[in-house]
Amino acid sequence: MRNETVLILAIVIFSLVIGSKSPEFFTLANLFDILRSSFVQLLFALGVLIVIISGGIDVSFPIVGIFAGYTAVVIMQKFELDGESLLIPIVLAIVIGTLLGGVNAIAIAGFGIPTLIATLGTAGIFRGLMLTLIGSSFISDIPIALDQFSTADLVKFESAAGTLVRLHVLVIPITIITILISLILSRTLFGRSVYALGGGVEPTRRLGISVKGTQTKIYLLAGALSGLAGILYVSLQRKANPYDLAGSELDIIAAVVLGGASIMGGYGTVFGTVLGVLFINLIKNNLVLLGVSSSWQRAAVGALLVIGITLQAISESRRNKRRRALSESEVDSSE
Amino acid sequence: MLATQTADYSVKNIVKSFGGAKALAGVSMSVSAEEVHCLAGENGSGKSTLIKIMSGVHAPDSGLITLAGKEFTHLSPRQAVNEGVQVIFQDFSLLPNLTVAENIALPTNILKSSKFIGKKETKKIAEEALGYIGVDIDINSPLLETSIASKQLIAIARATNLGVKMLFMDEPTTALTRKEVKKLFEVVDQLRKRGVAIVFVSHKIDEIQEICNTITVLRNGEVVAEGLMSKFKAKEIAMAMTGSEIATSRIAPPLSKNSRALLELEKLTSINTFDDVSFSISEGEIIGLTGLLGSGRTELAEAIFGQYPVDAGSIKVDGKEVTLNSPEAALASGIGYVPPDRLTQGLFLEQSILRNIVAVGLDRQRGRWGGVSKSKLAKIGSSWISELRIKTKNPINPVSSLSGGNQQRVVLAKWLSINPKVMILNGPTVGVDVGSKREILEIIRDRAQAGMAFLLVSDDIPELVQICHKVLVIRHGKISKEFSDKQISESAIYKELN
Ligand SMILES: Nc1ncnc2c1ncn2[C@@H]1O[C@H](COP(=O)(O)OP(=O)(O)OP(=O)(O)O)[C@@H](O)[C@H]1O
Ligand SMILES: [Mg+2]
Repeated sequence: MRNETVLILAIVIFSLVIGSKSPEFFTLANLFDILRSSFVQLLFALGVLIVIISGGIDVSFPIVGIFAGYTAVVIMQKFELDGESLLIPIVLAIVIGTLLGGVNAIAIAGFGIPTLIATLGTAGIFRGLMLTLIGSSFISDIPIALDQFSTADLVKFESAAGTLVRLHVLVIPITIITILISLILSRTLFGRSVYALGGGVEPTRRLGISVKGTQTKIYLLAGALSGLAGILYVSLQRKANPYDLAGSELDIIAAVVLGGASIMGGYGTVFGTVLGVLFINLIKNNLVLLGVSSSWQRAAVGALLVIGITLQAISESRRNKRRRALSESEVDSSE
Repeated sequence: MLATQTADYSVKNIVKSFGGAKALAGVSMSVSAEEVHCLAGENGSGKSTLIKIMSGVHAPDSGLITLAGKEFTHLSPRQAVNEGVQVIFQDFSLLPNLTVAENIALPTNILKSSKFIGKKETKKIAEEALGYIGVDIDINSPLLETSIASKQLIAIARATNLGVKMLFMDEPTTALTRKEVKKLFEVVDQLRKRGVAIVFVSHKIDEIQEICNTITVLRNGEVVAEGLMSKFKAKEIAMAMTGSEIATSRIAPPLSKNSRALLELEKLTSINTFDDVSFSISEGEIIGLTGLLGSGRTELAEAIFGQYPVDAGSIKVDGKEVTLNSPEAALASGIGYVPPDRLTQGLFLEQSILRNIVAVGLDRQRGRWGGVSKSKLAKIGSSWISELRIKTKNPINPVSSLSGGNQQRVVLAKWLSINPKVMILNGPTVGVDVGSKREILEIIRDRAQAGMAFLLVSDDIPELVQICHKVLVIRHGKISKEFSDKQISESAIYKELN
């Protein structure tokens, strides 16, 4: 069974279980809430997906995100930039995210440091730099446009039961970005090079693909996505707190892995990642309804990550068996 | 005729060292279009290194490379591809996670520098390429799920697509059956007729003689013989490679009369694969098992090692009946198995030679070996390196720095070092040069004399004749003939096979 199918089943079953306990679960309001809490995570997850397909791992993205988001706000205030503009802080954050991604690229493509170690190191460096040079205090009066954007709803009405049903306008740009990343991965030379890299570095090099060039693009792109995610996070939260997002790497990586991306590299789809993010959010937001205390959330997500990786190992060994069976039947037919 | 023609592709006085050790010491070679040129030599003589230099993987220390009339002191892989040079590497260099179609088409897209890749176009490119060499493989299946023979043909298809003018094939036949080799040779011949210059590396002298027009023999990084293939006899090629006459006499050690049986198979059956197989191997005995591919020989070997399901019959090891449903169980009862595709299965390429040799001992026999110290393990490893004459400067170098043939020896050492009662070797000398082949047979003989029982699964009939006490021919899953001692001869076995 395909990974995506398993996930869809898991989502359906989990929804049914929760739905049977609490009828509010199957409301439009709740669905939109889950979507809203998924936007930022999905952006992070797409960056992580690309990195994981290429055979790497990135643990610096949460700090890159908050660094970019927080710094953009600080710059806006310090230079008294137009607070009515939504575009300026977003562009700023994307540029900052890309620059930080560039630092990762230098460490990984330039110096050949293993990706986990490199991003663990840069995460520490970025965090230190932000807290000492940019600032360490909580900013609650973020630029007006960012603040207002948090309630920019595409649809908004009161349901029959009297609850407010809101779908944030971000659903449109996030959908476009998601489709774009999917197209980049499946239809461009860069995208296919990412998969090739995950399949094997040496064969990729021999194909004439620039390994360093591809890695550089990967980490720049992941940085840009994290930067965007960071500023949107700040906007949706209506505050810029430099200590936020730390620790969210577990959720995101778990979502991507559950979505079918192989931690060994070479496999993974955008669709799977979307499902993974939705699933993790579903679990996190609704475990309480099942009577599980919220302090168990992290443990639950951690367990899911382990389960996801175990499932990968099992399907890997199944693939091997099928290959055996296949080569045997080939032999038989050639006799 | 061929020799007087101006060479289209050549190297002159190529020197290449790896950290002080000279892999090539002034090698010159030329190949022209419509020629299949054999590059022969012992393990570690520098064949793969020369290929890597002509294809831009390594830069030579000195020397001149001429491709299609253009001269280079060194090349990038891209330049080599642009001049029409393509290599089918020993490991094929394909991507397991992509489909067959994409493996074939991706390099074409890279060459054309196309930024976007259409699924339809990918399929079209792949279909055309496979059609061009006249083979039929499902292009939509993941490469991971294709057989070794298919991978080989896929790699060739990929090369033809890139406008190949010179094709290097580094030991392309090691993992192929006779039938697959035939198909491969048809494809090679077709490419040659279309004007491709081909360099063919193989340790199988009969194959070289069949497909090659000209030959260059390397020994220790120097050219020791070259010329038209027709001027060389098999013996002379072997002699040039090794510098000495290779003995081919029988060296099966004498068997003591009252040795006990270490492995007894009784009516072993696996439905549709092998049927009613009974034989026994006693202490110090070497039994050969041969048969065409698909005859069930590999499955039988794997069944004894607990890797293939058995439906009926029994296996006794050292007199005790055992149930072998996993390799762990087989190992525990004293059976070792060296698989045929060990280059891809058996080694940790980036780890040291030493570590690789003691790996099985550590992993699989932890209980028994628990207390062995590191220095003792190093000692064990080093003694195997010298016993199997593994050609390396330093045993802590990674296995990937060894030549292909020497990597094979590492796998052998690794399995011999756990000292099982019964050792099953599946194709033990695949990819090993003629000289070393004899050395490996001698090692088997010595182990047998020390009491180890051997089951030798092999395609290489001369090798079976040299070492075995008994040769079993398996056909459609049944032992069709048994040759012992005096009856064993190459001609008799070939006759039974065909
Ligand atoms: N990357 C490397 N680093 C160090 N030594 C190397 C490297 N590549 C090759 N060598 C050494 O160069 C020598 C020639 O190796 P090469 O692979 O060319 O041999 P070969 O003729 O292809 O042998 P085989 O028949 O076993 O494949 C060997 O001694 C090998 O150990
Ligand atoms: Mg070689």
